[in-house]
Amino acid sequence: MQYIVNPYDEWYALVRAIELKEKNGGTVTTITVGDAGCDPIIRKALAIGADDAVRIDALPTDAMQVAQLIAEHARSGGYDIILCGKETIDHNGAVVPAMVAEMLDCGFISNATQLDVDGGQATLKREAAGGEEIMEVQCPFVLSAAKGMAEQRIPNMRGIMSARTKPLTVESAESTPSTTISQFTLPPEKGACKMIDAERPEELIRLLREEAKAI
Amino acid sequence: MSVLAIISTKNGAATKAGLEAASYAAAWARAQGSEAIAIAAGPLSNAEALGATGVARILHHAEEVTDSGQWAKLATAASESVGAISVVASHDPFGRAVAPRVAVRLTAGLVAGVTELPENGTVRKNVFSGKAMADVDVSTSKSVYTITPNAFGITSDGSGATTEVFSAELGVAKEVVKGFEAASADGQVPLPEAELVVSAGRGLKGPENWGIVEELAQSLGATTACSRPVSDIGWRPHHEHVGQTGITIRPNLYIAAGISGAIQHLAGVNQSKVIVVVNTDPEAPFFKAADYGIVGDAFEVLPKLTAAIKALDS
Ligand SMILES: Cc1cc2nc3c(=O)[nH]c(=O)nc-3n(C[C@H](O)[C@H](O)[C@H](O)COP(=O)(O)OP(=O)(O)OC[C@H]3O[C@@H](n4cnc5c(N)ncnc54)[C@H](O)[C@@H]3O)c2cc1C
Repeated sequence: MQYIVNPYDEWYALVRAIELKEKNGGTVTTITVGDAGCDPIIRKALAIGADDAVRIDALPTDAMQVAQLIAEHARSGGYDIILCGKETIDHNGAVVPAMVAEMLDCGFISNATQLDVDGGQATLKREAAGGEEIMEVQCPFVLSAAKGMAEQRIPNMRGIMSARTKPLTVESAESTPSTTISQFTLPPEKGACKMIDAERPEELIRLLREEAKAI
Repeated sequence: MSVLAIISTKNGAATKAGLEAASYAAAWARAQGSEAIAIAAGPLSNAEALGATGVARILHHAEEVTDSGQWAKLATAASESVGAISVVASHDPFGRAVAPRVAVRLTAGLVAGVTELPENGTVRKNVFSGKAMADVDVSTSKSVYTITPNAFGITSDGSGATTEVFSAELGVAKEVVKGFEAASADGQVPLPEAELVVSAGRGLKGPENWGIVEELAQSLGATTACSRPVSDIGWRPHHEHVGQTGITIRPNLYIAAGISGAIQHLAGVNQSKVIVVVNTDPEAPFFKAADYGIVGDAFEVLPKLTAAIKALDS
């Protein structure tokens, strides 16, 4: 099985971090909790433009454990902004960023679609019911990035070459998860799709009202 | 031995997701022979609806709280004061900001996006955007759950709750709300809350053809959505993009016209209760995920559907 960088992390969080570095200076460090199997995808993040990378050598089993390991590293790292994706596309948990914020006692902006930084102050937009909220928060803070924050960047040849020699530090750590998955199951099968004659769409409306009770 | 529900409010009333969290907490408390308690902050015009979910008490913090760190302090204080063994919140941006902080404060295991009541310490949640389910065991003595929207429903036959004033030391707010920009002025229900959605894709050929999509949506009182390429090339606004990298929705009805049904699209919509697909290609993968299908040209079928709905209403 071939793993990929979670799209919300790669397309939105990482790219915006790199854009801010290009504009304001500073450095971008990526952090990953996982075993050596993660190294190829970490190199991809470096090829896109991160300066260096940290891998916490532990098997991620639950959100609290991952958050603890990230927060522990971040405490000593002096980071101004911790950018995360809004959720992973496999487990859809979406809770690590807020946990990290709580552990570091700092502000958290979820589902952020825009980020600008001026000195120690950040202005953001975030998804809210019916539109977007404009938010202000002081560094350091944590955000989870949603669509809109940046555009996907494809690494170029120079990026790929330089990624090979950028520093990837491996840190070991101990942690115990508080939840475990006992089994996966598939949802019940969908019944067959009922086909309706294109000449008689009113039949569909009748079925939606009387059979499916959807309208 | 009680269950605490964290209630989000909007425009001075408990939200739908908040009422769902309360209903879940009440049902689970009942199953254990204990009671459910709700915590809410700021104006609460529908305290009756909240009581009807079956929660026994409402702890009410007079001022509104918008900072997720302050909300977590409030909910943690409430949880400790009522001796809650579990805390329940909605799996929406509000719940996903507050519940993880509460879990950290209570050293409680957190399960995100649950769809059913726990049984013997195990609870079921959605994974892979609803393509599979996982059963999760919590090993800590306390637990925090966020509830998948539209998975559990709202109870409305509870006997009513008493409201008590509640306050706690919240410290300073770090996240400051400076303003709000409405996505559209057309009065549509926002996509994440919409019960009826009409969506279209590249099969519509160009932005000038969206009139038939909007008319169908209007006739139903539905919200419009679109596939990713359509928002990427600017035919439709970004906030309409549904799917793995857009918005995940779970409406009662999802009508998709001119959308092929790629797995990344399905990831955002396949938990809809009823799916209708209109596509010229009988082999379009979307038909496999649909409840009702019409093989036909959207340019002919959609106006006919609109007319049929109007005929039904008159
Ligand atoms: C990492 C990743 C993430 C992605 N995330 C998303 C996402 O979040 N959401 C998303 O939607 N996509 C996403 N995609 C893209 C996805 O793979 C598909 O490319 C996309 O969904 C296709 O959009 P479409 O169905 O509108 O267009 P097409 O695949 O081009 O399909 C058009 C359909 O219209 C039909 N058609 C043509 N003419 C008519 C007509 N007159 N009447 C009726 N039907 C007609 C055709 O038969 C065809 O089935 C993602 C892709 C990747 C790689």
